[in-house]
This record gives sequence, structure tokens and C-alpha cells, in this order.
Amino acid sequence: MKLNAVGRAIPETINGKPVVPFQGVGKYRPTGKKFAPNIASCADYPDDGNKLVPNLKEALLKAGLKDGMTISTHHHFRNGDLIANQIFDVAHELGVKDLVWFPSASFPCHKHLIPYLEDGTIHRIEGSMNGDLGRFASEGKMTGVGVLRSHGGRYQAVQDGDVQIDIAVIAAPTADAFGNATGDRGDAACGLLGFALADSQYADKVIVVTDNLVPFPCIPWQIHGNLVDYTVEVDKIGIPEKIISGTTQITKSPDRLFIAELTAQFCDAAGLVKDGFSYQAGAGGTSLSIGLFFERLMRERQIKARFVRAGSNQYPVRMLEDGIVDYILDGQTFDLEGVRSMRENSNHVNTSPFTSYNYHGKGNFASMVDIVILGATEVDVEFNANVVTHSDGYLLHGIGGWQNCLFGKCVILPIPLFRDRVPVVVDEVTTLCGPGELIDVIVTERGIAINPRRTDLIEKVKDKGLPIKTIEELKEEAEKICGKPNKPQFTDKIIAAIKWVDGTVIDVVKQVKH
Amino acid sequence: MKANAGNRGEKVRSDCYVELELCDEGGIQVDLKSKVEALYGNSIRALCREVLSFFEIDHCKLFVEDKGALNWVIAARLEAAIKRLTPNSKSFLLPVDDKLNYTTEKKCQRRSRLYIPGVNPKLMLNAGLYGADGIIFDLEDAVAPGKKYESRFLVRNALRAIDLNGAERMVRINQLPEGLKDIEVLTDQPVNLILIPKCESGADIHAVNSQLNSLSSQKTNSIHLMPIVESAKGVLNAFEIATAAENVVAIAIGLEDYTADMGIQRTTSGNETQWARNMVVNAAVAAGIQPIDSVFSDVENMEALEKNINESRSIGFVGMGCIHPRQIKPINSGYSPSEKEIEKAKRVVDAFMKAKEKGLGVVALGSKMIDAPVVKRAQQTIDNAIANGLLNQNWRENHEA
Repeated sequence: MKLNAVGRAIPETINGKPVVPFQGVGKYRPTGKKFAPNIASCADYPDDGNKLVPNLKEALLKAGLKDGMTISTHHHFRNGDLIANQIFDVAHELGVKDLVWFPSASFPCHKHLIPYLEDGTIHRIEGSMNGDLGRFASEGKMTGVGVLRSHGGRYQAVQDGDVQIDIAVIAAPTADAFGNATGDRGDAACGLLGFALADSQYADKVIVVTDNLVPFPCIPWQIHGNLVDYTVEVDKIGIPEKIISGTTQITKSPDRLFIAELTAQFCDAAGLVKDGFSYQAGAGGTSLSIGLFFERLMRERQIKARFVRAGSNQYPVRMLEDGIVDYILDGQTFDLEGVRSMRENSNHVNTSPFTSYNYHGKGNFASMVDIVILGATEVDVEFNANVVTHSDGYLLHGIGGWQNCLFGKCVILPIPLFRDRVPVVVDEVTTLCGPGELIDVIVTERGIAINPRRTDLIEKVKDKGLPIKTIEELKEEAEKICGKPNKPQFTDKIIAAIKWVDGTVIDVVKQVKH
Repeated sequence: MKANAGNRGEKVRSDCYVELELCDEGGIQVDLKSKVEALYGNSIRALCREVLSFFEIDHCKLFVEDKGALNWVIAARLEAAIKRLTPNSKSFLLPVDDKLNYTTEKKCQRRSRLYIPGVNPKLMLNAGLYGADGIIFDLEDAVAPGKKYESRFLVRNALRAIDLNGAERMVRINQLPEGLKDIEVLTDQPVNLILIPKCESGADIHAVNSQLNSLSSQKTNSIHLMPIVESAKGVLNAFEIATAAENVVAIAIGLEDYTADMGIQRTTSGNETQWARNMVVNAAVAAGIQPIDSVFSDVENMEALEKNINESRSIGFVGMGCIHPRQIKPINSGYSPSEKEIEKAKRVVDAFMKAKEKGLGVVALGSKMIDAPVVKRAQQTIDNAIANGLLNQNWRENHEA
């Protein structure tokens, strides 16, 4: 075990592979070439472009499914995904063992896979684990060690060859038999397929599965058929009403609205809401409400945002169509309005973790965003934050784009001071996912704390009537209301590694002690 | 012998459910199922033992299903269960922060007062954040009959635990005589004002005051009263009620119950209650206290709320109840004078002061003569604006006529 740059003890190897401990933001500079897939030849593919095979099982067999392989899937269908579970049903039926599941995120519907984790079909998950899967892993029941990466970190890992995907299965709402695919139309339309980009480029074998097969060409081709080995037509790839997630309603909770309004007031006082600005606000109720407060300010002042980074839904779409936002740079669409807009409006742009988040590229969009609104399960007095575990130590969320977005110009976490007695502002985070130097402002219902490093922000909002406090004061207040919490107890067994955006390990999660 | 208190179920948060069985032997057995076991399990068990020991219970089986309840909630739930089994007059009181022991002025701002159900700790926690002039922990209509007993302890503990950011601390007790039992639990707690629902006569006020006097070590007049008239009889007796005691600081009207009593439908236009509302305003002004309007129950319809506030203010009400935090802002600003009104009032008062300074008997603004009532009204607007923080007390120093 070695201490990394944020003081967390990191093992020498994880899953038998050597580990580079986190060295500080921007400090780890690997050299060498990117990973490259094998050279393919058209001679091996049908001239008529028809790569259809009868079913998923056959496609997996043709792709050479065998023990120990890494299989990737994507979370475009969120909790309505029907394909990932079927892949492992097939693997189980064939008696294949020790697979690594490499999803871009997992959802509650994937608890179906727990028996396969128990019987050795799946060795480990390298992706987010929440709900029942998170509980399973946290209790030390997964054979291998889970690896959690940000969306950008996932692209980085694939591009750099840290993870070598044997078979990528891309579920596509619309595709042709050649493998060109799009997410912006079809019964299971989800907008875009950005999370599958890396997999299509770097995986050894790529399978496209669709329930809406169209004659060549499938336009637009968000996924290039030239990268695809096999295509499969099925009855249904996803459950549309579960693809469109429930977090796209603006919050009615007075507490969250209060925090949202305070956040917007802070941004305004700091002079961040100005003509040509940009912001990122995700799909949670609080973020959506902050977007609406920005909208009101923009309309009042007759100013425009140059672009909005999303998670899009009806609200930014309305702003785009009303001309108060020039562009939506969209990473995933959260409702049908978002899907429609992406299909119809060329200013609603389909982005990927490569363009937005990949840290091993020649820049990315995340650092260009003026205001970034993010969540957290815990923040500590050094402004370090946790997004993956609950204060009781259980894995509960994926990292998503969270770590990548920390590079934005002003990173704000609107969070409650405590949730049902559990303090959110704490002395030390249970799991450190983002270093405090990248987190600028914490907005709680009981006050705003600005990172002392941001003297510019402190100066700007001085005497503007905002409830500015120190982060220590917020922590004290949380403890005064909730009582001083005990720390959760862990065994020495490491159950998951948390990767930083550059592929180093920033923290590990241990097995929860009963 | 078994008793329970509190709330359980999928959607319950920041609350707990306790089930207590007294035994003859076996000592104290605490079975805790808590969402926050890892962080607070031990301290919750210690608290339960402390409460049980305070009430001299040596043998029992206690089951607690906790969804992140704070100590004061757990203590209130347990105390209620204990007292259901062994009624006694002791009170388990957690320490109270001195900061919460403040008094409020008889004429302080009472534009908005937020109703919080006395049964729901989750809604209590942040009640003070939204800028309401007053927070009402409601023991009456918001609490189902079976929950009334235990809610007293919850509200008492909430008053002792929650920082309401300086808002006036209010409790709505139950209709008399039940409400007198509520007062037993509330005396000597950090409470500024008691709302008396369905008040029908001066005798109701006297009954409350004599209960406060008989129980309290403090002087009754530090607790203000706000009777709510909600019946035909109450409206007719509004003046008697308003003048029944020195500590009656405001009188409110409750239109849902009033229209029910009258056997008529309440409409958005409010024509059917015009007379009753006028009557209450008139009685309040005659008694020198504040007339307060009924709540507006359609929380989604903000447009109708604003219309309602404007009408309410135009007939003399100075405040209104809120049943959702989103109503607070429009109510606070609706019952505050507008910029235009303040400017006009400043000109009138300034002209009056100048005339007085010059020893002139007649006040003129431009070519218009100003009557005394106009000056009085303008002065009220100025006072109101200062009280609302919309105008500096020394505004005349910078005033340019």
C-alpha cells in the first residue's frame, strides 16, 4: 500500500494489474502510443454490407465469446436496458466464466446479473455499481475488484489500452444491416450513442443490436458501420418509458428549490451570468431548477448563453428554440423533447466522452464551461467530494461525468447540509472522488462556502447579501443539528477502485463491516 | 401493555416509529432498525436508554424503526409511547439553545405565517429558511385525531430544537377545551404566539390565558395570542374577541370553516365572505391589533394567490397564512408597500413635516391641499416600509422634495 497525493492508501496492484496512484491534478503524464485495434480487411466482410446474424447468441459465438473476456455495454437506455442482461444469460447458458462486464453505467435493472456474479460467470464489474449491485459489491461478494471510472476516464482507459474490450455490444434504437446506427429515432430512441463511441473504435469485435432495422443507409450514422462486425435484429431493445428517466421534472421540494435559487443568486452575484456564458446543469431536480433561474435572468436582461452542456431535456430545448441559447452540446438526452430536438435541430449537437471529457486528448470541452453544477454525497472541509459511496460506506452511485466536469471554470455543488440526519458536509469524505482544489463553491440551504483558493469569487460576492460561511462553520452546523456521526467500519478487503480522469487511482472502497 | 408512536412506511423520512412493551423482568431490550445505524446507531440506543431511565422504566421491550430521525424526534416519539402506558407529569427535555429564547413585539411583522403539520418532523427542519415572518407548528387540522397526543411532544421538542432564523415561533392549539391540554405541554417553551382556532368569544381568550397563568412560571403577557374566527358567531363577536385581553395581538379569519358554518360555497372571487372579512378587519383596527387573512389553499395557482393578496390588502388585512413555502415570497411582498406607494407617502409626509417645521397650519403638496387622514395614511405606509426594510429610518435626511 502507498499513500497517493491526496493521502489515500492505494495497493500496488488491482485485479493483478499494476496501479499508478493519483499524483495530483495534471501531474501524471504517460508517454507512448494509444491502443490500436487489429487491422481488418473488407475481404472478411460481405460486399453487400449485410452483417446480420440471426440472434445475439450467434453474434456472441461468432465474436468468439470465451472465459475471461471483457464485454462492454452502454447505458443509453438507462433503467430500460434489455440487452446487457441477455448477453450474460447467453454466457451463463454457454458456461463461460470470469467475464469482465465493462458498462458505461449500471442501473437497478441489472440486478438480474447478481446470480452470475455469484456463480462466476462474471468476475467483476468495471463501471458504476449502485442499488443492489452496489450492496453486493460493498459486502465483499464480488470475485474481482470493481473499477469505477468517469465517462471521460472510460474513454481514456479504452483509448490508452488500460481496458481492452473483447466484445462491444451496442444497442441501437435504429441501425442498418451494415452496422451504421443512430439513437435519435426508433421506438427506443434515446438521442445519441456517445458512450459507445470508444467501444466502436477500439473493441476487438463490435456487435450492433437493434429493434428498428432500416435499409442502408441509416442516417445519421452516429456509430459507423465500418467499425462493426455483426448486426442483430431483436423484437425489443429497451423499455421506452424507462429510458426517459424520472429525474427530468423540475423539483417541487421547497428545500431543493431554495438551494437552486440560492445557487442562481450566487452565480449572478459573482457576475457569471453574462452574455455569451455557458453552463452545465444535469438532470437532477435541483440542477434543472437552477437552469430555469438562469433562463429567467437571461430573459430579463435579454442576454444569451453561447452553449449549454447537457443532459438535455425539454427546458434547455425550449431555451434553444426561443433563441436564448445558441447551442446545446449534449452528452445524453433525458426526455423525448431532447430526442426530438437532437433529431431536428442542427444546433443541438451530439457529443461524446471523447469531445467532452477525455483527459488524454488535446483538450476537451469540460474546462471551457463557465458554470458547472454538480452533486455530491459528501464534501469535506478541504472541499474534497465523494459521489460514489453513501456515508455508511456502501457504493451507491457511479462517477458519471462528474470528475470530468470538475475542470469547469466555476464548479458549484448545491447540496443539502444533511439528508435525513446524515451530514453531507463532513470532516473527511468516506471516499475521495474529486480533489478539493477543483471544487469552488458549496451551496447549502444554511449557507454558501467558497473555496479559499478562489479569492476572486470571494471578492466578487462580498457584501452582496449572500449567506457566506466557511466550510468549517457549515460542518459544525451540520454536526450541531445531526450530532457527531461515528465513522462506518470497514474490513481490509478492497472491493472497488476509484480512478481519476488520467487513469491513476485516487481512492479505493473497502468492504463494509457488518 | 404495548403502545406505539411515530410514523413508519416507505415514504417516511427524518422520523421514526417506536413500539414499547412494558415487562416485569428482563431489563431493557432495545431493538433498533436504523437507516443511519453505521453513523448513529450507538447514540440512538444510548438516548433510548436515557429516556427510559428518566421515566423509571426498568424492564421493557423497545422496537425502534428509524429513518434518520434527529434526537429530539426520537425522544418525543418515545416519551409519547411511554406516557400512553404510564401517564405521568414528567417531561424529558433535551437542552435548548439560548438563541431560541427570544421574544417578539406586539406589533411585529405578521405578513406571512407558514403552517407546518405538527406530525411531520421532516417539514419542520427547514421551516425557518424561507423567510416567513412566523412559523406555526400546527396541532389542529393538520394532525389526525389519533396522532394528536404524540404530536404535542413532537411540537414541544421542535420548539426547543429548531432554529427558525428569528421567525415568530407559533403554535396552533386544538379547539378548546382540547387545546388547553396542548398548553400544558407547551408552557415555558420557546413559543411566542398561540393561535386559538374556532374562537367564538372573549371567554375562549380568558380560558387560554387562565390556563397559561396557572401553569406558567413566566408572565402570560410574553405569549401573544392570535384567535382565528371561523364561524358566524365568531365573526359577530370579533370585536369582543379582539379586545378580550392585552396579549391578543392579531385576529385571523378562517374562511374554509366559516363558509362551511354558513352552509355556503367558498369561491375564488370571495364575494360570499366579503362581509365577514370586512367585519374582522374592522374589529381588529378598532381594537388596535392586526387583521390577518385566511390561507389561500390552491398552492399551484400563483396568479390567483397574487390577486387574492391584492384584494386582501385593499380591504385592510396585513397578512395571510401560507400552506406551502412558495407562497411566502408573494405574500411578504404583497403585504409590503410598493415603491410607488412609498414614494408618494414620502412626498406627503415630507410636505407635512416641512409645514410643521415652518409652523404652517395648512399642508400643501404642489397646488393640492393635504388633509390629516391623508397624512396619517402616508405615515402608516412609511412605518410599514421601514418595518419591511424597504426604507431607511432616516429617509428624510436624503429626501429631495
